[in-house]
Order: sequence, then C-alpha cells, then structure tokens
Amino acid sequence: MTTPMIKFEDVTKRYGDLTVLDSLNLEVAPYEKVAIIGPSGSGKTTVLRMLMTLERIDGGVIYVDGEPLTHMRKNGSLVPADRRYLRRMRGNIGMVFQHFNLFPHMTSLKNCMEAPIHVLGLSKREAEERAAELLDMVGLADKMDHYPSQLSGGQRQRVAIARALAMRPKVMLFDEVTSALDPELVGEVLNVIRKLGEQHNLTMLMVTHQMGFAKEFADRVCFFYDGNIAEQGKPEVIFSDPKEERTRQFLSAVLEAS
Amino acid sequence: MFWDWNYAWEILPTLMRASVVTIQATLLGFLLAAILGLVLAIARMSRTVWISVPTAAAVEFIRSTPVLIQIFFIFFVFPEFGLVLPAMTAGVIALGLHYGAYCSEVYRAGLENVPKGQWEASIALNLNPFITYRDIIIPQAIPPVVPALGNYLVALFKETPLLSAIAVLELMQTAKILGSQSFRYVEPITLVGAFFLIMSLVAAALIRQVEAWLNRTLRIGAGR
Amino acid sequence: MQLRQLAVCAIVFFTAGLVVSSFAGFREFIPGLLEGAWVTVQITAGGAILAVAMALFAAMARMYGPAPLRWLAVAYIEVFRGTSALVQLFWLFFVLPHFGITLEPITVAVTALGLNIGAYGAEVVRGAVNAVPRGQWEATIALNMPRHLALRRIILPQAFLAMIPPWGNLFIELLKATALVSLITISDLTFRAQQMNQTTFRTVEIFTIVLIMYLAISILITVGMRTLERYASRGIARRG
Repeated sequence: MTTPMIKFEDVTKRYGDLTVLDSLNLEVAPYEKVAIIGPSGSGKTTVLRMLMTLERIDGGVIYVDGEPLTHMRKNGSLVPADRRYLRRMRGNIGMVFQHFNLFPHMTSLKNCMEAPIHVLGLSKREAEERAAELLDMVGLADKMDHYPSQLSGGQRQRVAIARALAMRPKVMLFDEVTSALDPELVGEVLNVIRKLGEQHNLTMLMVTHQMGFAKEFADRVCFFYDGNIAEQGKPEVIFSDPKEERTRQFLSAVLEAS
Repeated sequence: MFWDWNYAWEILPTLMRASVVTIQATLLGFLLAAILGLVLAIARMSRTVWISVPTAAAVEFIRSTPVLIQIFFIFFVFPEFGLVLPAMTAGVIALGLHYGAYCSEVYRAGLENVPKGQWEASIALNLNPFITYRDIIIPQAIPPVVPALGNYLVALFKETPLLSAIAVLELMQTAKILGSQSFRYVEPITLVGAFFLIMSLVAAALIRQVEAWLNRTLRIGAGR
Repeated sequence: MQLRQLAVCAIVFFTAGLVVSSFAGFREFIPGLLEGAWVTVQITAGGAILAVAMALFAAMARMYGPAPLRWLAVAYIEVFRGTSALVQLFWLFFVLPHFGITLEPITVAVTALGLNIGAYGAEVVRGAVNAVPRGQWEATIALNMPRHLALRRIILPQAFLAMIPPWGNLFIELLKATALVSLITISDLTFRAQQMNQTTFRTVEIFTIVLIMYLAISILITVGMRTLERYASRGIARRG
C-alpha cells in the first residue's frame, strides 16, 4: 500500500470541557475523494480546520504525505513544529470556506494573484497567467476585474476555489462550500468541483450537506457522530444500506428535510 | 540628583489638599454634564425642527472648539454682563457644558436603542410624552450607556488641570506654584501625573466591573 | 445630516461673529489672530503626523511584538491615556530641562500632543484590526501567507477604512488640545486671543471670533476626512 496522503492518528481536540474530536483515526489515499457528513457539532468541520492548522491539536499526530503536520522530528521524537516548518507543510493544502473569505479590497484576479506572488514568489506575469487560466476554468473569465461585492454568492465561491488552486495544493479542503448559497446557485459551484475531480489529480476532503452530490462524487463517505467516525464506506453502501442506526436516523432526517 | 524623595514627601500634603479641589471640580462638573446632556439629547431628538437643529448645531459647536477657550469665555465674558463668577464656578460650568455636549451623544445612542415598540406600547396605553420618557424610555435607555458616561467622567477629570489657566488652586496650579517657589518642577509635576494615572486606571477598572455587571443583569431583564 | 448641521452651525456663528465684530478695531485684530491660527494649524499637522506614526507602531507592538516591546507599548498607551494632556505638556516643558534636555517650545508642543493623541490612536488601530472578520485571517493562513504579509496586504487595508472616522474625531481632539500650548508661551490662536483680551477688553468679540476660527478648522478636518473616506471606500464593499 502507498503512503496515505492524509493520516489522523489518535487526534483529539477539545474546547474547554467539550471534546470535539475523540482520538480520531482516519486515512485518505492520494487522489481519493472523501465526503464527510454528520449532524452539526459532530466535529466534521474541525477535521478540515485542523488539517489547515487553523486549530491547535490537543493530542495525537496528523501526517500529510507521510510527514507530521504540526510536529517535526527532532532527535527521533516529535516536537511541536516551528513557524517555518508549518509554512512548508501548509503549502500542500488548500481550503475553500463556507463564507468565501475573499479579500474585499481586491478584484477576483488580484485575489488569485496575491499569494502566488508573495508566497510562492511567482513573477507578476506568471501569477496573472495562472490566475486568468483558473478563473477561466471556473467560468469567470469575464469577471476578473470585478470586486467580490459585485459578484453573486456562487461566483464568489468559484473565485475562492480558483484562489486556493492557484497555490497548486496536493490536498483541497471544502468546508460546507454551498451552505451559504441560495439554492439556485449551488449547482454552479458543485459543477466546478466535479470538473476539478475529473481534470486534476487532487486529494479532496469535503464537509457537505449535499447528499446527492456526495453519493455521486465521493469515493468514500464518512459519517461523523460525537467526535468520531461512526460509519464509513462506499457511498452506495452508506446511502442505501447503512449498518448503524444513527446513520439511518441522520440520513432519513436529512432526506425528509430536502 | 534627578529625584528628591525628601522634597517629594514635603510637598505631598499640599498636593493632597489640592487634589480635593480637583475631585470637587470633577464631580460638580460631571453632575452638570450628566443633567445637561440628557436635556440636550431629548431636545436634539425633538420632532420640532426649530428645537432639534439649533440644539444639534450647539452640540457640534461645543464639541468642535477647545475647552480652554470655553473656560476663558465664561470666566471673562460673564463679568461684562455684571455677573462676576468665582474662577472655580466658571471652570465647573465650562467643563460641565463641554462634557454635557459629549454626554448628550451618549444619551442619544441610548435613547435610540430603546425599541420603537416601547413607544408604540406607551401610545397604546395613552401615556403622555413626559410620562413615557420618565417612566418607560429613560429607565431603559440609561443603564446600557453607564460605562460610556463613565469614560467621559474620566475624560472630564483629566481636563481639570485646565482650570489652572484661570488660577483655580487645583492640583496643576498648586504644582506649578510649588515648582516656581523651589525651582524644582520634577517632583510636583511627576506626582500630579502619577495621581492622574492611578485615578484613571482605578476608574477604568471600575467601569469594566460595572460593564460586566450590567451585561449580566441586562441580559436577564431582556424579555421585553 | 451631520454635515448639514455643521454647515448650519457655521453660518449661524459666522453671522453672529460678523455682527459682534463690527466694532471699530475689528480690522486690526484679524491679522494677529490669523497668524495665531496658522501656528495652531502647524502644530495640529505636526502632532497628527507624529500621532499616526506612534499609533501604528504602538498598536503593532502591542498586538504582535515580542514581550518586552509589548510591555513598552502597553505602558506608553496607558500612561499617555491615563494622565492629562496638560500634565504631559508641562512635564516635557518644565521637567526635561532638569535632565539637561532643552527643547524649543514648539517641539515640546508637537511631541506632547502627538504622543498623547497617538496613545488613543493606538487603541483605534487595534480596534479596527480586531474588527476585520476572522475569516480573513483564516484565508491568509490557508494561502500560506506569513503574518507580516497578511497584515500589510490584507488586514491593514481593510482596517484602514474603519479607522478613518475615529481618526477624524481624534484629529479634532488634537486641534482642541493645541489650545493648551498657549500655556507654554507659544503664540497660537488662544495665546493671541488672551493677549488681545488683556489689552483691549473686547472679550465677547475676540473670543467669539476665535471660537469661530477653531470651528472653521475643525470643519475643514471633518470635510477632509469624509472625502478621504469616500475615496477609500469607492468600489469596495466591506465584505466578500
């Protein structure tokens, strides 16, 4: 078996007395597409936020491409990583947020050029080429000079996807990327993700409430409950024949709502 | 020698006595500001344009010009109309007027934050505007703005040294006199600075306490 | 609405000023007062530049500096906010010479007022930076930006817009505080007024004119800051 692209080893996360992740173990193979579903408060978003190093880790180790993410090896043992190490590891990962988090004072194009220029050290011309190509890929070639405030929610989210891709990550994280959108705009964003899955060699983790999309798109579905994975497997199995009672309850509640 | 402890000890009692004047001026000035501010706020929110616009203009005017000039103005101008004010009184009036203008903005924010439904309910109960303000609106408007008023109390306190310009024997003036007598300004002025710093820090801590307490109690009583 | 109030204010008091100042010696006073006003404007401008520089530096040091720098910044902010501007001015004016440092009164004035307003400004900067939505920081982490780059390119430009109105208020506080420099022998507008008052006893007229001059300068500051705000916010909404 090849090295997993992502590996959670007994990862624990607490907020005060509340344990959000309870020694979680999870492996994701290169180019695998994993959908994470589950009720709110089950810790599913925390998984992505910990991978992006937005949350501190309280126990366990996360490995990305075989290397520890928030720790570094020193004299044979693991110690908390310094800033430089963390920045090197972060380069592997890109993230798209529920609320876009675009930079409001920059146009779509500038949003996609900023980090490639100043973090990757690309020349302005290279960065612009790359940004234009990606904006074209997400279908926004005509909106490059628009500010985020001039775009619809779906367009903003597509810019955010292009912005994350411009850093050429190996892993893409999608955190409820359609939850803040009006229903009629969900499709355009999902289409872009679908296209990404077909054309790019990316490992993808997505937290989503779009069960139909998860079923069609993902290689594997993980059902989170109470800080851990309650059940996981191929989408056709999870959605049509779940083993766990909790999964069944959750799925029927979600289907009833939609 | 930069700092003379003996001299500092020697002048401390004199400065302490002067600090009483400073505190008196602060409290009297703020009493005036608190009352005047409420009146100005209500006048500014009046539906009658001939009341609201001149009030707004006056508030802007007072806020946009230096207190020191306002102190001089009141101190020197009133005697021309035959009303000779003691320096302390003129100073307290000027400070009260200046900070009254600031407080009126705070009150206005508080009054505007009372939900419109409270007015509508009062009209439905046929209460007249005076009773509505006194019994319904003001009691709800003031508690949330107490911390902001407290900040202006501290600000007013820090402006009292300006009264030295019209020779009120408060802390600063006393320190200057002590300095000119001994030709040592280091100790008196530094002590005055320390006094203001300590009082301000204590006041700021108290205001934070009040704010926390208000947050707790106001949340409990939020079911209107 | 507020601008209209200011305009009304200006017209009312300008007319009032004209009426009361239509006394014989009126013309003789104006040049002297204008000279004083020019000194006031210069001190305000110098103090404003120092205040902005100190505020940015102290706020950054307080939020992101190493521990000793952070304490220094907190001490600066608390001391200058916790004591009176006049005490600070007198301290620099009367006490520094004891340590062998003698500064020009005008230097003392700009330094004291700039440091004083800078301490308040530091809290304005801090508040505006903290008010930038947390998602913006998270986006910079996700794009692997180092902190100084995130601050300079993403966070501060967004905080800038939120800072303009409170800075406008601080500049007006600064203008008002410049009246204090008359007490350390600088012949600013207030000093000239005092001087003329003592020689002519036309108290009402002189002080009314002077108040209107201060009002005019503060209206200029307000209008300037409004223009800056409009210019800075053009085409950019607050949230993306």
